[in-house]
Amino acid sequence: MTQPPRFPGYDVLAKWDSPSFDDVTRDVLAHRLDAVPPRRWLTPDEWDLLDAINARLLPQPERDRPVPITPWIDAMLHDDRGEGYRHPDMPPLRDAWRQGLAAVDDEARRLHDRPFAGLDADAQDAVLQAIAEGRTASPRWQGLDARRFFIHHLLKTAAGLYYAHPLAWNEIGFGGPANPRGYVRLGFDGRDPWEAKEAP
Amino acid sequence: MSADHAPRAGGGRAPDVFERGGWVSMREYGDDEAVDFAIVGAGAGGATLACKLAEAGFSVVVLEAGPFWRPLEDFASDEEAQQQLYWTDERISGGADALALGGNNSGWGVGGSTVHFSMISLRFRPEWFQARSRLGYGFDWPITYDELAPYYDEAERALAVSGPVRYPWGPPRRRYPYREHEMNAAGLVLARGAQAMGMPWASVPLATVSAPRGKSPPCVYRGFCNFGCATNAKQSALIVWIPRALAAGAEVRDLAMAGRIELGQDGRAQGVHYRRNDAWRFQRARNVVVSGYAIETPRLLLNSACDRFPHGLANGSGLVGTHLTTHAGPGMWARFDEEIRWYKGPPNMAVCEHWNYTDAGKDFHGGYAFMSQGPLPRAWAQLLVTEKSVWGAALRREMMDYNHMSGLVAVSETEPRACNRVELSGVRDRHGLPVAHVTFEYSDNDRRMQDHARSFMGTMLEAAGGHDVWTSDDTSHILGTCRMGDDRDTSVVNADGRSWDVSNLWICDGSLFPTAGGVNPSLTIQALACRMGARIRALAARGEL
Repeated sequence: MTQPPRFPGYDVLAKWDSPSFDDVTRDVLAHRLDAVPPRRWLTPDEWDLLDAINARLLPQPERDRPVPITPWIDAMLHDDRGEGYRHPDMPPLRDAWRQGLAAVDDEARRLHDRPFAGLDADAQDAVLQAIAEGRTASPRWQGLDARRFFIHHLLKTAAGLYYAHPLAWNEIGFGGPANPRGYVRLGFDGRDPWEAKEAP
Repeated sequence: MSADHAPRAGGGRAPDVFERGGWVSMREYGDDEAVDFAIVGAGAGGATLACKLAEAGFSVVVLEAGPFWRPLEDFASDEEAQQQLYWTDERISGGADALALGGNNSGWGVGGSTVHFSMISLRFRPEWFQARSRLGYGFDWPITYDELAPYYDEAERALAVSGPVRYPWGPPRRRYPYREHEMNAAGLVLARGAQAMGMPWASVPLATVSAPRGKSPPCVYRGFCNFGCATNAKQSALIVWIPRALAAGAEVRDLAMAGRIELGQDGRAQGVHYRRNDAWRFQRARNVVVSGYAIETPRLLLNSACDRFPHGLANGSGLVGTHLTTHAGPGMWARFDEEIRWYKGPPNMAVCEHWNYTDAGKDFHGGYAFMSQGPLPRAWAQLLVTEKSVWGAALRREMMDYNHMSGLVAVSETEPRACNRVELSGVRDRHGLPVAHVTFEYSDNDRRMQDHARSFMGTMLEAAGGHDVWTSDDTSHILGTCRMGDDRDTSVVNADGRSWDVSNLWICDGSLFPTAGGVNPSLTIQALACRMGARIRALAARGEL
C-alpha cells in the first residue's frame, strides 16, 4: 500500500472528545488500542506462524507498528469464544485452529522444505493461495476442510479484526463512532464536517 | 454472549432502559408460586405476549437466557464489541446450504434480536396466509390476513412505525404513525434504479422514530442499528413491550436459561426448569409459553422429551423442528461515482416489493422484497472475504472503495420442507444441555427465485449508474419449526399458538410461520403475539384455558 491516502489527514480518533464519542465507546476503543493482550493460548511457534499468515492476509508494509491481529485471535481462543455455530464437518473452535495452523505449516514444508514463517512473502502467498483454492497436499487436513479453514477461520477473523481498528477506518474513510451526534447530510456526496474528506 | 454478565433484574427492580443507572420497580414471584404464564424468551414474540398478558391481568414471569441491556450504557458504537448481542453458544449447522447462525439471525438478551434488527416493519401479502390454496405452494396458515390486520395495526402503533404516506403495495391501510425518514444515498440508489426501470419503490416503514416519542428521541442516523441503538430511537421489544410489561406487573428474569419443561401426570405442563446464577431452579406455572425463536423453541421441546412424549414435548405430530425456512439473501453490489457513505442512517431505507405482489412472469413460487444496504466496515470486509475470497493487498485495495459502494439484498422466501430441520446434537452447551443441530438446503424453486432476484437487482444497480456489479449469498431469519395449523396431524399448534398435545403449552415466535413470506418477519411475529394475547384473554373469560 504505497499509494497516497484516499482520505488525507483524516483521523477518526481526533473525534475522541467530540459529540461523536460516548463513554462506552471510548472504553472499548481504549482497550483495543492500549490493552493488546499477551500470548496465552497459542504456543510461541503457533503465534509466530499465525503472525506470519496475518502479515500476508492483511499486509501493512507502510506501518512501523501494524494493526495487531494475532493477539486478538489468541484472546478469542483463550476465551474459546466462537461465532455461535460450526459445520458438522469442522472440529470445535480451538481444535480447528490448532490443526489448521499445523496443516498450513506442513503445506509450506512440503512445497518449499521450510516452515511457513521462514519463507519469503511470494512463497507464503503461493502457499496460502493453494490452500484458498483447495489445492492441498498435507495429510494434516484430515477431518478439516482446508478451504473452509482458510476462508472462515483465518481470513474472516483477520479481516474482521483489522477493520475493527481505527487506523483501518481512517484508511477507508469510515465515520466511526457516532453517538450521540450521528449524521445530518445523508444524500449523494453528502458529507458532514466531522466526516472524512476524500482526496480529489 | 459471555459469562461476564450478572443478572440485573431482581430485588424488586429492573433496569430503566431510558435512564442511565435508573431502575423501575418490578413485581416478583416465588418459584413455587404457580404463575398464570411462564414465558421462555423475551424477544419479539415473548416480550410482546408478556406485555399483552400482564396488561390483561395475568401473572407473568419471563425467563430470558441473556442479559437485561441498558441501551444508553451498554451499546458501544463498535461492531466488534457489540457481537455480545448475539447467541454465540455453540450450534451445529450443516446440510448442503448450511445456514450461518450467530450474528446472522439470533438475539441474546432482553428484547431478543429486535435489539439489533434492521427495524424493517412490513406486513405479509394477504394471499400468503393461504399460500397453498390461493397461490399453489407451501401450506395455508390457520388465520387470514383480515383476522390479523387489526393486530398489524396495533403492532405498528405500538412501535410508532415511521413510514411513507402512501405505501405502494398491499391492501388499503391506515397511515403509518410517524412520517418516513429522510432517505440516505444508499436508498436513493434503489430509487434512481427503480425509476429508470419504471418500477415502484418506497421508503421502508421502520421501527425507529422520525420525531420524538415519549422518552425516545428521534433517530440521529448514527448507522449502528445492527449493533444496538444507543440513541433509544429504535422501537425494540426492549424499550417498547418490556417497560409496559413491567409496569403491568410482569417479572423479567434475565440470564435465566430454560432447560426443560416439566409435564405432570395429568398431561399438563407444570412449569420450567431453568438455570440462573449457576443454580437450577423450577418455576411453577399454570401455562408455559415457548418464545425462543425457531431454533431454541424446538430445541427446548426436544430437550423436554418424557415418557408420554418420547420424541419431544408436544410432538405428537412429529413436526417439531421440521420445515425450517429462512430468507435467502442474494445480494448485488456495485461501485458508484458519487460518494454513498452507506454507514449513515438505518441500513435498509428503500424497498421494492414488486416481486412479492406480481405473480406473472415468474418461474418460481413465492416472492421476495429487496432493500438498499449499509454494512459497516467489519461486516463489509467479512462479506468481501467470504464471498470473493479476496485477501492481501487486493483486499485492502477493494476496501478503499467502501464509501462508493452500494448494494441491494433480497429477502427471498424459501419453501417449507421436512428435510430442513432442527434436531438435537450430541454436543452439550455450558449448561449441560444438548445443542441444536440445524440442517438446511435450498430447493430448486428457492434457487430459481434467487437467480431471478440477482438478475433483477443487478439490472437495477446498473440502471442506477453502478459499475462492476457482483453478487453474494447470505440468509436471514429462521422460521417455521413449530408451525401453526388447523389439524393436529399436520401442525404443532393451533391458530392461537396452543399445543394440540399439551393444552396449557403455547408457542409464540417465528416458529409458528407455516410459510416464510418475502418480507422480514418481526412485525408479523409481534402482530401474532398481540392476537394471541387477545385470544388468551377471550379463552380465559370463557373458562377455556
